Amino acid sequence: MLDDFFTRALIAGVCLALVTGPIGCFVVWRRLAYFGETIAHSALLGVALSILLDVYLVIGILLCACLVVLLMVYLERRDTLPADTILGLLCHGSLALGLVVLSFFPNVRINLHGLLFGDILGVSRTDLVVVSGGGVAALGALWWLWRPLLAATVNVDIAAVAGLRPQRAHLVFGFLVAAVIAGAIKIVGVLLIVALLVIPAASVRRFATSPEQMAIGAAASGVAAVAGGLFASAELDTPSGPSIVVAALLLFALSRIRLSRRA
Amino acid sequence: MRNGKAGEPDPTPLIHARDVGVHRGERWIIRHVDLRVGRGELVYLIGANGAGKSTFAKAALGLIEISEGNIDRAPCMPVGYVPQRLALSPTLPLGVRRLMNLTGRFAPHEIDAALTAVGLERLGDPPVMTLSGGELQRLLLARALVHRPHLLVLDEPDQGVDLAGANRLHRLIEQIRDDFGCGVLLISHDLRRVMDDAHDVVVLVPHEHDEPPEGDDAPAADGGREGMPQS
Repeated sequence: MLDDFFTRALIAGVCLALVTGPIGCFVVWRRLAYFGETIAHSALLGVALSILLDVYLVIGILLCACLVVLLMVYLERRDTLPADTILGLLCHGSLALGLVVLSFFPNVRINLHGLLFGDILGVSRTDLVVVSGGGVAALGALWWLWRPLLAATVNVDIAAVAGLRPQRAHLVFGFLVAAVIAGAIKIVGVLLIVALLVIPAASVRRFATSPEQMAIGAAASGVAAVAGGLFASAELDTPSGPSIVVAALLLFALSRIRLSRRA
Repeated sequence: MRNGKAGEPDPTPLIHARDVGVHRGERWIIRHVDLRVGRGELVYLIGANGAGKSTFAKAALGLIEISEGNIDRAPCMPVGYVPQRLALSPTLPLGVRRLMNLTGRFAPHEIDAALTAVGLERLGDPPVMTLSGGELQRLLLARALVHRPHLLVLDEPDQGVDLAGANRLHRLIEQIRDDFGCGVLLISHDLRRVMDDAHDVVVLVPHEHDEPPEGDDAPAADGGREGMPQS
């Protein structure tokens, strides 16, 4: 069954959507879309790093993304620059640096298009193991982090007084986003991953009455977008990564129409 | 800085701050603050905007580092904290009862008891976003109470509440102090709110703490730039 590239793509996409849904809820609640964008853009530098160190692509991207998270936390504490300026600096700085460093390796052929927009149909068995194993680990980490992170999202001081260590929760969540983005590059690419974080969560907001409901709904909505997008791309011969995002967008539009009819 | 009222000292205070100062970015935000709260005591911390009330509250709770002096807290003391306001993201679906379980898991009857203590027993479970300012303050108070705190710290609970609501809120806080037997540190910018049975009133005055010669032990005179109580 796993010999079929389409089946592998579907499984990898579903695993990814199950993780990006709940994590995307926190990205929406905490207004971290630009933060996600910054980590995604640092992936090009991560690719260069993995070539330099001669390691598996995802490892290089993950290392680089975690470094960017640490740098972001450090700069926000030390510097007087506003947070979005720091993000802009790191986001485009790391992208440019990555492209410059990559140009030093003329003999290494990089599928730049695949990195930017994803290459889900090229998911290998190794990728599948990484995405599914990483997905389970990420969901486990989020389960463990849920209470402190939610409390810190509502009010940092309340969380701190309750001994939930909000600063640590923030940092671990940053690493979690870094890990998810590293694992997702192969599937939807640098430029589209934030859509998978933000759109499913936004689609189900209206129907959720608790944070947990919204997280589960976002996961379900993401899975539907992956399945719908992949089948549509096979049918219509459209690029698969963008098709998944368009499917998510359609689900979002659908959620709005329903709402206005009810009102 | 301190004018004591009804003063037999509690042998083991819940919190005891001595000569506390917080220095940030070239200036002293607060300095020479002494304060103690014992069980069953209601202590007011009064000051105009910018006098460093919230800074002191955070220092007292151990959320920020102090630059001088020391703060003793009773060991393993459950603390209830009621923040000045809750900046909830409209994208976060949060019901009243889910908020009560935010920092711990409590049985429905414990939540009901805490909601009843603040007079919200008929509220039901609406989204927190739809509550009025007064209801939200009471809810935040109930959320702190469900932890059965020994010390309750409230940061300007009467912000955004009308005059009648503020009076009710202050009476409610007194009532809770009596019923739960906890110590209460109540921060307010309005001296007129101080209830008759306050155990102590500490007034913070915003002034230049930067003393010209080193070792000048006289704190700047109170009342120099004290802001008028605002309503």
